[in-house]
Amino acid sequence: MIIVVSLLVIFMLIAAISAVFFKDLLNAVIAACMVSLIASILFYFLQAPDVAMAEASIGAALVAAIFIIAIRRTKRHEE
Amino acid sequence: MDFLSNNIYYIGAFGLIFIGLFIILVKHNLIKVIIGISILDTGVNLFLIAVGYINKGTAPIFSKPGLDAKNMVDPVPQALVLTAIVIGVAILALALSLAIRLYQHYGTLDLRKIKEQRW
Amino acid sequence: MRKIISIILLAIIFIGIILTLCKIPFGIHKTKVGQYYIDKGREETGAVNIVTSVVVNYRGFDTLGEVTILFLVAIGLGAVLSNFKEKGKRKIEPASLILQTGCRFLFPLILLFGAYIFIHGHLTPGGGFQGGAIIASAFLLIYLGCHGKKINEVASKTTESIGGLVFIVIGLIGLTVGGHYFLSNFMPKGQINTLFSAGIIPIIYIAIGFKVGSELAGVIDNLMEKS
Repeated sequence: MIIVVSLLVIFMLIAAISAVFFKDLLNAVIAACMVSLIASILFYFLQAPDVAMAEASIGAALVAAIFIIAIRRTKRHEE
Repeated sequence: MDFLSNNIYYIGAFGLIFIGLFIILVKHNLIKVIIGISILDTGVNLFLIAVGYINKGTAPIFSKPGLDAKNMVDPVPQALVLTAIVIGVAILALALSLAIRLYQHYGTLDLRKIKEQRW
Repeated sequence: MRKIISIILLAIIFIGIILTLCKIPFGIHKTKVGQYYIDKGREETGAVNIVTSVVVNYRGFDTLGEVTILFLVAIGLGAVLSNFKEKGKRKIEPASLILQTGCRFLFPLILLFGAYIFIHGHLTPGGGFQGGAIIASAFLLIYLGCHGKKINEVASKTTESIGGLVFIVIGLIGLTVGGHYFLSNFMPKGQINTLFSAGIIPIIYIAIGFKVGSELAGVIDNLMEKS
């Protein structure tokens, strides 16, 4: 049980660190979505099903769509 | 190992807050700063729910008629975090619309170049 | 220069948070308000889901503030992005036939699933905000799959306004009838763990579900380019 939670937390921190170092903005948005998805699984392990449903539907689907539409209207690569 | 098994959730939440603050302070592309705000928001919500957890407790819903009311987790932080997630996504939408307007006016999204131009 | 100052600031915050985190234990009873809501929640409100009764009944004024913030963001977005200059059209390739048929088949099923979640908000995990986000995802699917179809703007704004008005009118009715305070629970409680129970909580969640769904769909409609 502790092993599963530790693996998930380490994976979440690796995804967040790699969002710092990507130069292509589309890859950085996908890494931020990964952080939100693993946070939703951790909310379920902390016995909070309402919050897990809200984070999965709002943070992992709508935030990604809004970011991708905004990137399409501006530049894609960071200088 | 005992220290790790007690505080693994706090380490994860604090790591996300630290990485989010680092992106906001150091990077100079506007959309990357907004991604940093989103990561900071997720870290704070995870910390709030981790504070309200009780050992060997269950979710606060009386779905079966024989559930005991003695060991359930705290419902007040969950109600507050529900509000905070929706407000976070609303702030992100407004910030991105301002970024699109800045790009149409100045032609670039680099914060150092925008500070140099005067009118 | 800026990088050095920011790294020193982050190190100071790091030390401060580490010294504080050693004093917060993990997994022990900390407050007494939560235990009162769990013990007395079922007979005072009639809802089985304690988080729903805290969000709508015990702390209903905070939910009213959140609905106001969402409304302000929708207005502000429409005001900032309301210019008509278009610099060069990019060629958009329309979706294939399988994708268009699939999107049109899935759209009513996703709407039905979202409506199920916000109607049963007081019995199972869920509620108005989660159901509204799922309805907005159904409209996003139509924007991505079928090229050229838009939502009706007049219908979207009317639904959003009616949802907000129902919330405030029910709160003001509670001021005159029942407990004589704003948002008091004046309708009969009914039998517990059935669909028609818990007073005003299902009505408020249905209004919030409609409002949040049409608001987020309007936000996505404003952000897309006019083609």
